[in-house]
Amino acid sequence: MFSLEGITTATQDWLLIKFNPTIALAIECVIVILLSISLFALLGLVLVLMERKVAARIQIRLGPNRVGPGGIFQTAADTLKLIMKEGLTPDTADKFLFNLAPFIVMMVAMLLLAPIAFAKNFQIWDINIGVLYISAISSLSVIGILMAGWASNNKYSLLGAMRSGAQIVSYELSAGFAVLTIVVLTGSLQISEIVAAQQNGWWLFKGHIPVIIAFVLYIIAVTAETNRAPFDLAEAESELTAGFHTEYSGMKFALFSLAEYINIFIVCAIGATLFLGGWMPLHIGHWEGFNHIMDYIPSSIWFMGKTFFLIFLIMWFRWTFPRLRVDQLLNLEWKYLLPISLFNLLLVTIIAIMGWHF
Amino acid sequence: MFLKDYISDVYNGVSSLLKGMRKTGYYFTHPKEIITEQYPDNRATLKLADRFKGEVIMPHDENNEHACTGCTACEIACPNGTIKVVTKSEVNAEGKKKKAVDALVYRLELCTMCNLCVVACPSDAIKMAPNFEHSVFDRTKLTKILNKPGSKIREGIE
Repeated sequence: MFSLEGITTATQDWLLIKFNPTIALAIECVIVILLSISLFALLGLVLVLMERKVAARIQIRLGPNRVGPGGIFQTAADTLKLIMKEGLTPDTADKFLFNLAPFIVMMVAMLLLAPIAFAKNFQIWDINIGVLYISAISSLSVIGILMAGWASNNKYSLLGAMRSGAQIVSYELSAGFAVLTIVVLTGSLQISEIVAAQQNGWWLFKGHIPVIIAFVLYIIAVTAETNRAPFDLAEAESELTAGFHTEYSGMKFALFSLAEYINIFIVCAIGATLFLGGWMPLHIGHWEGFNHIMDYIPSSIWFMGKTFFLIFLIMWFRWTFPRLRVDQLLNLEWKYLLPISLFNLLLVTIIAIMGWHF
Repeated sequence: MFLKDYISDVYNGVSSLLKGMRKTGYYFTHPKEIITEQYPDNRATLKLADRFKGEVIMPHDENNEHACTGCTACEIACPNGTIKVVTKSEVNAEGKKKKAVDALVYRLELCTMCNLCVVACPSDAIKMAPNFEHSVFDRTKLTKILNKPGSKIREGIE
């Protein structure tokens, strides 16, 4: 049976036979770096195409269908165009910060990749504070956005960056509370343990209604955190031209949009890990036969399937809902999401203490 | 009561959002709803609406006869001088002199497809046709004479 775990173990054994442990570790690091960069490039291409196709279908259009069969090379062609374009830096911009910002946003996205379990025993870094690490690092991306907005020396960029700051700082709270509900139920911050706790059923099904509420809150909050419609006030094409990346062009612009899509992938991967069991196959109680069949599907497919389902959900939001105003955005967080998630956390704690979950 | 309003707010919000998602989800799962016409590819099977207004034409029947009496109602109705009716005198079967159309000059480059000429025509001699591929390399080709050469008015139309 195909498994990524086998490949990594075989690679490590081979490296340890050929080289001494230090060099083997260095080579492994290089392999991991190359793999994650190629994953990024691939995800960027796939997700942009997926977004455009989903948008087209929802708006009763066809979407890109000229470049390659069914338009599958459209995003590759777009990327080629963006690479060829001149990367302009405005005269009055703060040049150092202006050029640094896209890389900060990108680096944050890359760091977030570390604790995600892509398949059974296939994880870059299984730290014991995985969930804490994720919520700490994901809030750093606001620095990159603020940097871009400030350094551009443009009123649209600055407004977009300020909105983005207000938005990310507030929505992090409810995302954090939603994540906490699972931490309370599992009793661990480690990603592998959270996945292992869902051996006999995903938390979404095991944890009754409070976990479903937490899941909905998580999806809303991460949609806002990744600056996507209906919370895309930071870009708001119709009000702020393009918000914080108005002045960016060429490859630096491509890095911003790539980081946006990578962030969506990562938050959806985390959502899938916490609520939908990560790479765990769908197991139903004591149906041994059914569980056995589900085990035959490789764990990486399970993980990617769940992640792409959540990504599709977020894209569905984007092409259905109208954009919120700034005051409505903050109202939603502070008057609705936060009280609900606090109350919800209390309920989940009671459930966890009394052992009412399955 | 505050709490009741709060809960009903949340409920109404969520249910209206779900209603919207149901509609877009329906469109996503039903590709037959797609309205995009892949125009140059499907030129042969392109179907346009009946009321599509592309240019003014004068229908002729199999005997090369049309219904235009040369009354110039269309020329008068036209707001920007697109139509010019050139008339002639014809002697009909009973030996009576009668006005008839010699050439109905239609200048497509001036036409705004407002349909007023078609409405004004008392004998329904002209109508709007769903042709829209009007590009030519020479501007003079846009000035058309709508009645075909050698055509004459159909019997019984006054």
